[in-house]
Amino acid sequence: MSQTMFDKIWDRHVITGKVGDPQLIYVDLHLLHEVTSPQAFEGLRENNRKVRRTDKSFATMDHNVPTKDIYNVKDAISKKQIDTLGKNAKEFGIRLAGMGHEDQGIIHVIGPQLGLTQPGMVVVCGDSHTATHGAFGAIAFGIGTSEVEHVLATQTIWQTKPKTMGIHVHGKMPHGIFAKDIIMGIIAREGVAFGTGYAAEFYGDTIKAMSMEERMTLCNMAIEGGAKMGSVQPDQTTFDYVAGRKYAPKHMDKAIDYWKQFYTDDDSAFDKVIDFDVSDLAPFVTWGTNPGMAVPVDQPFPEIKNDDDQKAYDYVGLKPGEKAPDIPIEFAFFGSCTNGRLSDLKIAADVLKGHHIAPQVTALVVPGSRTIKEKAEELGIDKIFKDAGCDWREPGCSACLGMNPDQVPAGVHCASTSNRNFQGRQGAGSRTHLASPAMVAYAAINGHFVDIRKEGVTE
Amino acid sequence: MKPITTITSTSVPLMKENIDTDQLIPKQFLKNILKVGYGKNLFYDWRYTAPNQPNPDFILNKPERQGANILVTGDNFGCGSSREHAVWALKDYGFQVVIAGGYSDIFYMNSTKNGLLAIILPEDQREFLAAAPSDAEITVDLPNQEVRYAGKAFHFDIDPLWKHKFVNGLDDIAITMQYEDQINAYEAAIPNFD
Ligand code: SF4
Repeated sequence: MSQTMFDKIWDRHVITGKVGDPQLIYVDLHLLHEVTSPQAFEGLRENNRKVRRTDKSFATMDHNVPTKDIYNVKDAISKKQIDTLGKNAKEFGIRLAGMGHEDQGIIHVIGPQLGLTQPGMVVVCGDSHTATHGAFGAIAFGIGTSEVEHVLATQTIWQTKPKTMGIHVHGKMPHGIFAKDIIMGIIAREGVAFGTGYAAEFYGDTIKAMSMEERMTLCNMAIEGGAKMGSVQPDQTTFDYVAGRKYAPKHMDKAIDYWKQFYTDDDSAFDKVIDFDVSDLAPFVTWGTNPGMAVPVDQPFPEIKNDDDQKAYDYVGLKPGEKAPDIPIEFAFFGSCTNGRLSDLKIAADVLKGHHIAPQVTALVVPGSRTIKEKAEELGIDKIFKDAGCDWREPGCSACLGMNPDQVPAGVHCASTSNRNFQGRQGAGSRTHLASPAMVAYAAINGHFVDIRKEGVTE
Repeated sequence: MKPITTITSTSVPLMKENIDTDQLIPKQFLKNILKVGYGKNLFYDWRYTAPNQPNPDFILNKPERQGANILVTGDNFGCGSSREHAVWALKDYGFQVVIAGGYSDIFYMNSTKNGLLAIILPEDQREFLAAAPSDAEITVDLPNQEVRYAGKAFHFDIDPLWKHKFVNGLDDIAITMQYEDQINAYEAAIPNFD
C-alpha cells in the first residue's frame, strides 16, 4: 500500500501503541516560549523531575516582548512570565534565546532560521502555529501545557494518528499573488474547519516552485483551516535552506540521504485530496472575524447567511456588498510568524520605497527575529520603512496578538500580515483585515486596500 | 500525583446543567505562571458580587459547606473552552471528586491528567446525594467503584486505564516512563549526522 510522507515519519517515531489508539511518539525538537511553559516547569519541580533531553529543547521569549523597549516590560504578568522562563531555562539547562539575545525571535521563525527544524522530524511546541515547521517535511503540531510537561520529562507524546489530506496546488501564481493568498483562498473556499482531524500536505507544481519562506507561510496557516499539521515534502530547496545553519547537521550528505526516504509515494496514499488552481487567483482580504471570512479584493463582501455573519459585520462595522477598498485603514502591521521573515519585509519595502504612508495610518514593522532585523538593516530596508513613516521595531509577536503593548485601538481597521482576525485578537475592539505583505503595504500608502494586480510588485 | 482510593468527605451540591469552563474560571484569571492559586476564583461570577465581595447566598460561601472535597452537580459539566485551568481551579479549591451526569471530552481528559476523579451517576442518584445535609459524609470508594451514603451504594463505571492511574497515583508521565526501555532503545537508534 502506498504511504504518505506523514505516514512514513509517523511510523518511524512510534514507540508503542497501535493505530487507532493513542500511540507514544518520539519528539525530535521541543520548542518553548514564555506563555505556555511556566506551569509545565512547575509540574516538573513538584515531582522532582528533570528535562530528559535538554539538547532537543529550545526556548525563546516572543509573545510578551515590548518591541519598542524590550528591556522595559511594564505589565507585571508579562514580566513574570518572561523572568520565569529565564529562571526555568537556567535551572533545567535548556538553551534560551532570551531578551536581546542574537537568536531571539518568534519561536516559529527562529526554529527554521537556526537549522533546528529539519526534515523527517517530529516538532512540538505549546503553540498552535507550530504547523509552520511542517514546511520542512516534518510532523509539527501545537500541544497543551500538560503535554509540554510530558514532553519535557519524557521526550515523547501520546497522540492518536490523524487522517491525511493532500492539498494539490497547481498553476502559475499570477502577478501580485503570494503564498498568503493561496492559503487564504483555500480557507475561504473550504472553511475554517475543513482540515479538522487531518494532517495536511501541500504538493504540486506551485509548491515545488516556492521558496522555503513561502512554504512556511502556507503551512503556518494550515491551523486556520482546522488542520493541526500542514507540510510540504522536502526537496533540494529544503536541503539548501537548512545547509550551513547554526544547528544544521554537519554531514549534510548523510542527512539528505536519510531525509529522502520521507516522500509521499503517490496521491492515492491520502485519505482525502483537494485540488486548488492558482492561475486565476486574486489577492485575498478578510472582512470578518475568522480567517474563512475572506474575499478576493475585487469582490463584494457576502450576504448575511447566519448569526455568525451578523455578529461579525456588527463587530467590524462593515456591510454586505462593500468591497475591501471601502475599508478605512488606519493601522498597518507587518510581522508575525506568518509574514515576518526577510522576504516578506523586502516585498513590503519594495512597495513602500519612495512613498509615504497615508497621514491617518500608523504602521508597525516588526521583524520575526533579531537576525532578520539585522539583515534588513544591512540591506537598508529599515530606512525605506522609516522614510515611509513606519515604526521600525525589535523582534517579537507584537500586534499579532494583544498581549504586549503593541495593540490596535478599539474600532480601528488594521491591514495585517498576521494570521488571525478573531474579535479582540490585536487588542480589545480591534478590527483586523488579513492580507499579504504587498497588499498591506499598498493599503498603508492609500489608507485603503487596492487591487495590486494593477500595480508594480516584486515577487 | 497522590493515589486516590477511598475518599470520605462532606459535599457541595450544585445541581445546574452545562456548567462551562468560563463559569468555573473566567478568562481574566488565566494569565498566570502557576497551576495553583485559581481556587479562590473558582465559580467567580457566582461566588462574588463584586471584587472581594463574596455572595453570601452562593453555596460555596456558606460556612457549613467549607472543606468539602466532593462536588455533586448536573449534566455536561465542564463544556466550553478547553482551558486546563478549570480543572486546576477545582483541585486548588479542594475538590478531589466531581459527581456529574456527564462531562465534555476535553474536561474529562484534563481531569485524568490532573488527578481529579470525575464520576458519572444518573440524575436520581445525584439528587439523593445532593440532598445530603452539610455535615453528612459521602464515601467514594474507587477500588470498588461505589459511592456510598445513608446506607445506599451506587455503582459507577470507569475506564480500567484511568482507574489504574488514579489508584496508583500515576500521572501520564509516570505511565509513559513504564516504557523507558523502549524510549532508551529508540534514542540509541537515532541517526547522527554530526
Ligand atoms: S506571531 Fe502571532 S501567531 Fe505567531 S507565535 Fe506569535 S502570537 Fe502566535
